[in-house]
Amino acid sequence: MVLHYFQLLQATRVGEAIRQSTWMFPVIESFHLMGLAVIGGAVLMVNLRLLGFGLNRQPVRQVASDAQPWLIGSLIFMFITGSLQFTAEAVKCYYREAFWVKMSSLLLAILFTFTIQRSVTMADEKRVGPLRCRLVALVSLTLWAGVAIGGRWIGFS
Amino acid sequence: MSLLPFCEWLASTPGSIALHESLYAYSVVESIHVLTLTLFAGLAVMLDLRLLGIAMRDTPVSEVADRLFPWTLAGFIVMVITGALLFYGIPVRTYQNMFFRIKVLLLILAGLNVFVFHTKVNRKRAEWDLDPVPPRRARIAGGVSLFLWALIVVAGRMIAYNW
Repeated sequence: MVLHYFQLLQATRVGEAIRQSTWMFPVIESFHLMGLAVIGGAVLMVNLRLLGFGLNRQPVRQVASDAQPWLIGSLIFMFITGSLQFTAEAVKCYYREAFWVKMSSLLLAILFTFTIQRSVTMADEKRVGPLRCRLVALVSLTLWAGVAIGGRWIGFS
Repeated sequence: MSLLPFCEWLASTPGSIALHESLYAYSVVESIHVLTLTLFAGLAVMLDLRLLGIAMRDTPVSEVADRLFPWTLAGFIVMVITGALLFYGIPVRTYQNMFFRIKVLLLILAGLNVFVFHTKVNRKRAEWDLDPVPPRRARIAGGVSLFLWALIVVAGRMIAYNW
């Protein structure tokens, strides 16, 4: 069922064009990596602050609000460049465990970031203990690392 | 000794052969190299964006620069070590790769930009540390850095495609 849709997607003109071209896939991949740098920066800024190893003189809430547009922007950018890569090789992705690891981690990472982590970063700092902040940061870092490592591993066959 | 014979000699060393022929080691080193991009380039980008006056405007530039520096430096060290290992595993082909040469050139330019920034622009930082939008020279340094690192990422990714 899912495989069928993946096959249809891969057979589209966009998928075909990216596969046929020598340079399109690598260029899209490069842009995906630029997005990785930005999202990495945004995620690390917030989590380093929560761990107490970052911009400690600024309130957590401020660091998180400053990072938010870059996080959302790079997420959208990576979603577009990632979808294009996926369109070119959807069937290969279907059979790669790394792809499913990445997508599950991504779903969890997004859910965690915009619910639990957000409630901690936006809360009054005096009411959230340092232990809870650190725990949230560690969970966030683990989930995003799962996305990144899974993503890199899709490329290895 | 010119560079090509040196690369050929490097390729014949046991360590290089082991890395090249290993099933997982090369991929693992490559993955660490790519994923450290988040630490090194990610935090460098954040500083560049602050210098451009488009991110963290209410945070002093010194706070962003100094607090993130140890992490950026750690990321840079990991990048250099894993990058050197990637070269060590495939010296001859990498040396002859056009994108590798472009990347080395861009890295030198990025290094020069850091040098100029620290010797010329950053010295008077106290004067504009709190400015939401830093002076033109600082913005240029941030913009140049952002542009160069973006190109370095592209060049680096292209090395792996053996065209």
